[in-house]
Amino acid sequence: MWRFIFGRLLQAVPVIFIVITATFFLVRAAPGGPFDAEKAVIPEVKAALERQYRLDLPLHEQYFAYLGDLVQGDLGPSFKYPGRSINELIESGLPVTAELGAYALLIALIIGGLSGILAALRPNTLQDYIPMSMAMIGICMPTFLLGPLLVLFFGIELDWLPVSGWGDIPGDKIMPSITLGAAYAAYVARLSRAGMLEVLSQDYIRTARAKGLPEWQVVIKHGLRGGMLPVVAFLGPAFAGLLAGSFVVETIFQIPGLGRFYVQAAFNRDYTMILGTTVFLSTLIVLFNLLSDIVAAWLNPRLRAQLSE
Amino acid sequence: MLVAQDTKKRKASVVQSMMRALVAVCLVSLTACMGGESKVEQGNREGVLHYGNGSEPQGLDPHVVTGVPENKIIRTLFEGLAVKNPYTLEPEPGVAESWDISDDGKKIVFHINPKARWSNGDPVTAHDYVWSWRRALDPNMGNQYAYMLYPLLNAEAYATGTLDDAEQLGVKAADDLTLVVTLNAPTPYFIQLMDHYSTFAVHPDTVSKFGGATDRFTPWTRVGNMVSNGPFVLTEWKLNRYIRLEKNPLYWNADNVKLNAVMFYPTENLTSEERMFRAGQLHYTNEVPLEKIPVYQGIDNSPFVQAPYLGTYYYLLNTQKAPVDDVRVRKALSMAVDRETLVNTVLQNAYVPAYSITPPDTLGYFPPKTFGYDPDRARQLLAEAGYPDGKNWPGLELTYNTSENHRKVAVAIQQMWKDVLNIEVSLANQEWKVYLDSVNQMNFQIARRGWIGDYVDANNFLDLFITEGGNNNTGYTDPVYDEIILREAPNATAREQRYALFRQAETMLMEEMPIIPIYTYTSKHLIHPSVKGMPSNLMDSLNIRYVWLDPTETLKAE
Repeated sequence: MWRFIFGRLLQAVPVIFIVITATFFLVRAAPGGPFDAEKAVIPEVKAALERQYRLDLPLHEQYFAYLGDLVQGDLGPSFKYPGRSINELIESGLPVTAELGAYALLIALIIGGLSGILAALRPNTLQDYIPMSMAMIGICMPTFLLGPLLVLFFGIELDWLPVSGWGDIPGDKIMPSITLGAAYAAYVARLSRAGMLEVLSQDYIRTARAKGLPEWQVVIKHGLRGGMLPVVAFLGPAFAGLLAGSFVVETIFQIPGLGRFYVQAAFNRDYTMILGTTVFLSTLIVLFNLLSDIVAAWLNPRLRAQLSE
Repeated sequence: MLVAQDTKKRKASVVQSMMRALVAVCLVSLTACMGGESKVEQGNREGVLHYGNGSEPQGLDPHVVTGVPENKIIRTLFEGLAVKNPYTLEPEPGVAESWDISDDGKKIVFHINPKARWSNGDPVTAHDYVWSWRRALDPNMGNQYAYMLYPLLNAEAYATGTLDDAEQLGVKAADDLTLVVTLNAPTPYFIQLMDHYSTFAVHPDTVSKFGGATDRFTPWTRVGNMVSNGPFVLTEWKLNRYIRLEKNPLYWNADNVKLNAVMFYPTENLTSEERMFRAGQLHYTNEVPLEKIPVYQGIDNSPFVQAPYLGTYYYLLNTQKAPVDDVRVRKALSMAVDRETLVNTVLQNAYVPAYSITPPDTLGYFPPKTFGYDPDRARQLLAEAGYPDGKNWPGLELTYNTSENHRKVAVAIQQMWKDVLNIEVSLANQEWKVYLDSVNQMNFQIARRGWIGDYVDANNFLDLFITEGGNNNTGYTDPVYDEIILREAPNATAREQRYALFRQAETMLMEEMPIIPIYTYTSKHLIHPSVKGMPSNLMDSLNIRYVWLDPTETLKAE
């Protein structure tokens, strides 16, 4: 098992290195720079700015200087927000995005998992059709539609929940979490239904029922462990996707997360921010994929046996 | 069969208990947050203004940042020598209680109010201004607004590094409370510039305590570190969430500041901002989505407020590229645009048609109207240029930065050119920075452009098109025009004489038509009826000293 983890971590290093290098040179190849503005910048001012951000050095020297800083954990100063470092900006946005992602995932697991299991218990009845058609709608409905609809209904018509913010007014975390979680809940529902259906038709489930176990024990103790495997495999990439993809939800609800920095950095040509967020998120994605592989192995005795050989 | 039925029953009970749990969770979370007064109601009671400010400020150092959201916050934290009256836009006393201008207009003496204080209790002195203006102009500072101080004697030479001696700058402290300013030439709008944040004083000891004088990366503007001299002080700064400013008890005019606190929100998304307003989370929105305007115009006691804004939306014509290198083609294109129809239909009446670069009534200046929508004359001009009824037309490309509104305008104008002139024009949208690059490299035939005035004076629009102008971007050059803008108008003694010269220059400009003016911008806001003392003005300028909240006013039910 340890060898498996160590090997995967070792594989991750070149992947991340390639991501850094490709990002570094691609953003520089894009036309326009961080100091281009609608009002022309005086050449002397631009030169002073470029000196302050080391942009006056040859490109390869900038690249090695950046790598040197990165190794020491320094992601550099922000272009867009003078006086702030990328580290500071990521530190301010990450807890919010992570919290939002965690709630969304929790919602996805509870609602998606429950409806998937319910559907699998009575396939091809109403108890199957209703949650599954809702899941289909959930998958098809983009967040930029669901978010405003929820806001319109619960925020403005009923006036139950605040329409924006994060941690400012009680209850303002509910709608963003549901909006972000809905699409994932739908996926989880379909995956858990498929997983459970397969497991529930297996011999050992029939054995469990035959020996007279109560149904809830059969489902939860024997069924879930195998039936949830597809969901677990989906979770790692899903969480990383939530972190990177929360941009839309963060914009709709004015949430001070990482997603807004990530997307706006590209428009602003905020070189250090583009690099910082890309490096950070790609590292997270690699880690979460690894984590979900480990959990899958832990849940699946056959895989576990293979790995410990 | 008994067994099967039994299983069924057990399954049903599993389902039921799961359902019950789910419903219970939902109910608890909902009831927890229902009811209570909205932020606006609470704000009215406590004197706290909730202000939608567009976006997160880049920073709050007056000599580092540029932009409108930054401007609103910095001008609430700091105060200039003179400030704008929000009703008339005429300057009135700020840090300076009065000022004297010499007869030749080249020397200004500011008398600093002896009661003016920094928020740590230090008096504001003339020496602070000398230090701050040197900082603002320092070539190492990289201050993009350094040019605002260029009317100062030797300022341009110092800022571009050709003059090292800061003593030669036209700013001196005669004593602690007397600031003597020497200008290159008479500059009638110089007093106005004192309300622009690039000319504000910063507290020298505070800036030096946290880093070098010209260091961009210092934490002196953070909560707890910042020392400012305006009506409010910085008390909370939650990145991308809000900035909270509270009343500064040491401000010289604190008795006349009616609000206790202001909350600035980075409301980047227009539709979200509008929903926040409807939900009672904002007193004021920075913008209104175009498609919502008819809705708000239709209701009684509408919170919707629209007013002309000091900015022009226009198309640049590259006078060095065929076919728009021919003035007849440029005029034909401009005369074939039916601006009234464009504004009435595509733009929902949210803007004002423009026929010149300077917006009307810029501090009493009205630009000449030298042409109008004239399809016959347009066709005739195009024929004279060698393209009768669009024959032999070589094609033309219109470049704009990606945005739904720019696209709508471009498509409408493309169709007008097709209908009137029978010519094909293709559209090219480019991502913002790519578009800026194309425009700066003169790599376009026609390109969208907008200009927002930095101060209320026609000079700010007309000096765009001088030969060396960094924002000219058309290749237009005329030595007579340069002479009027750079020498004759600044030396004019009376306002009427100066405006006559501007009208002459603007007529010359529109005769050559290096740009196609399309519309004058407007400022559009939703303002809660409880907000008082926040009039519309051409600069969309906020003067927080005048603002107060009346809790008896409520938004009528929609």
